Amino acid sequence: MDMNGGQALVKALECEGTEVVFGLPGGAILPVYDPIIESPVRHILVRHEQGAGHMAEGYAHATGRPGVVMITSGPGATNVVTALCDAYMDSVPLVCITGQVPYAAIGTDAFQECDTTGITMAVTKHNFLVTEAQDIPRIVHEAFHIATTGRPGPVLVDIPKDIVDPRNPRSAMTWYEPTDDIMELPGYKPATAGDPGLVRAAAELICAAERPVIYAGGGILKARAAAELQTLAELIDVPVVTTLMARGCFPDSHELCLGMPGMHGNYTAVTAMQSSDLLIALGARFDDRVTGRLDGFAPDAKVIHVDIDAAELGKVRTPDVAVRGDCKLVIAELIEALRACGGAAAQPDRRVWRSQISGWQERYPLVYEQSEPGELLKPQYVLEVLRDSTPDDTIVTSGVGQHQMWASQYWRFDHPYTWINSGGLGTMGFSVPAAIGAKVGMPDRMVWAVDGDGCFQMTAQELVTASMERIPIKVALFNNAYLGMVRKWQEMFYEERYSEVYLSYEIPDYVKWAEAMGCVALRVESPEEVAPAIAKANEIDDRPVVLEFRSSAGENVYPMVPAGQSNSDIVVDPSQR
Amino acid sequence: MTAAATATGQSAPARRFHTIVTTVENKPGVLARVASLFARRGFNIESLAVAPTADERFSRITFTVDVASAPLEQVVKQLDKLINVVEISELSAAESVERELMLVTVAVDAAGGRRHGLLELIDDFRAYVLDENQSQMMLSLAARPARLDEFEERLRTFGIVQLQRTGRVALPSLGS
Repeated sequence: MDMNGGQALVKALECEGTEVVFGLPGGAILPVYDPIIESPVRHILVRHEQGAGHMAEGYAHATGRPGVVMITSGPGATNVVTALCDAYMDSVPLVCITGQVPYAAIGTDAFQECDTTGITMAVTKHNFLVTEAQDIPRIVHEAFHIATTGRPGPVLVDIPKDIVDPRNPRSAMTWYEPTDDIMELPGYKPATAGDPGLVRAAAELICAAERPVIYAGGGILKARAAAELQTLAELIDVPVVTTLMARGCFPDSHELCLGMPGMHGNYTAVTAMQSSDLLIALGARFDDRVTGRLDGFAPDAKVIHVDIDAAELGKVRTPDVAVRGDCKLVIAELIEALRACGGAAAQPDRRVWRSQISGWQERYPLVYEQSEPGELLKPQYVLEVLRDSTPDDTIVTSGVGQHQMWASQYWRFDHPYTWINSGGLGTMGFSVPAAIGAKVGMPDRMVWAVDGDGCFQMTAQELVTASMERIPIKVALFNNAYLGMVRKWQEMFYEERYSEVYLSYEIPDYVKWAEAMGCVALRVESPEEVAPAIAKANEIDDRPVVLEFRSSAGENVYPMVPAGQSNSDIVVDPSQR
Repeated sequence: MTAAATATGQSAPARRFHTIVTTVENKPGVLARVASLFARRGFNIESLAVAPTADERFSRITFTVDVASAPLEQVVKQLDKLINVVEISELSAAESVERELMLVTVAVDAAGGRRHGLLELIDDFRAYVLDENQSQMMLSLAARPARLDEFEERLRTFGIVQLQRTGRVALPSLGS
């Protein structure tokens, strides 16, 4: 069937199962936006390309399906770079289609030209510059294949205008079905199952360990291995820490769950890893926020490291057993190997270890002091009320900073894919657009964006998108008038010299701003108003809601491992010292 | 310099420079991807040579990497993640044949007194004279990189005007 490149591109996206595209048109991508009118694919018109990128990420996190972005050349492409880098760091499958100036004009500094593939080379898993219309179905298929297999990640496809413009003869092509056998990727061989010998060696280490801890990372969620992880943990009766990227992959209410480790992890999760004699790292990458000072991290622990990306094995900490493979498959193999060597009965008596852990849990729970009458709200309190007044499977997205840490600490994640945040890159402004993307992907679920005032000001314009597209997300905006996390570091490490962190409670007026964007908005200032405001927000399902919680600026996140120090130097809440 | 073995390991002395041969897809931008990877991961390249293979779909990039900047294993694994990199192998000096080409212009005094010494050196190293005039001579030598180092050193006494080396290329030895 003869068609033009623009039609082929839209059809190729349909063939990949794309149900929604987040985008914003412009000169170079115009020809592709014409056939979109007839396509069943839903297009969501964003207000800034970065928003499109984070929406696609939120969609991918929530659904497991690749998020699709379509934007124009030049500034359109440069605006999405932050989101691409975010997706790259957190292994989020995205396919980003960018318009480009006509092929013959590339390199001439044409209007809205930029070297998109050059700029995004370092922040994508791979990118393509398509030169012929005939290649479009194949390259789009390759892009989806690369984005979603192996260690997932963003893939960018740059499309010169002439090959999609029906008025240009270079856009003529003959359609063909994009199938796996037409792909031309001789260098791409994503890992699958683990080596059986190494899996057996891992099982032997587990059977010999007295103080093991499962260190579950975001790879568990990417591999959709939550069920396998639970089977494994229960079989060997070993506690599990879930990293910031893995919250929800193992239920917080499970007796084996120790919660989040790391710089703002809870005391028990951090200390159990420090005291462990075996870390079973599954889809985790020994990030500096988890390990603290590396030479002081879990000094007595042997390490089993399972990851789909061979380059993660030994990158930071030398493992005793390294298994390259998909977490879902490797954990299943590991369960089998453990059963073969005796299963639960072959595990050593670890009662001492368990009682040590429960001792820490009793002594160092997460604590905060409720505000006195007349004082501003404690974010921890608001998050507890929000957690208790929303369904168990509510999806929570977060920006970056103190509110993010409190949300991760105080929420109870009992379902995978209910926590969506920017972990690796730490992108302020992630929350609102990610919530929109998650809600588009999971329209029947309640979606709350937990956000800070600094973050909100970076991407709030996407609430216009949410209102116009009838995407009823809810935003819990913690207004403490500061860039709170930075303020805290200045308090602790710069002698309370506060440099450029004050934002103001009053300007902007968040309620008026949210209302101007088509949202219902409420300001909440005292503890007794919190529950009624949340109840009201939960009832609204036809437009976005913004609740502004006026919160105390002096509140700090504890526990904390100061940057550059060992996790053994964890600082707990002042009341526990 | 490339011949110098520097002890970096704790037990056995380890070589500082390792030769890695990669087969890559012969597509625009592949060299940029490799170079960008090295830059952003902080890997240092000592030498690099790139050219198409007998199969025009593929090119071969041969480079010498300084493992003082990053563990060899990380370099190989990160390279392997590049979609356009098809194959990677590390070639040990013992199991491979390495060659590099040098072009060099040397000053020759007009009186000719030192010309004789230079001609002897050229003969010893089996280098070629590619061009010459009254005051300068352009030579070429293709040999092991260490041999080029030695030749370069010996030429210094005559005065090197310009010098260009290609970076090493290598293939595995044939064995017996």
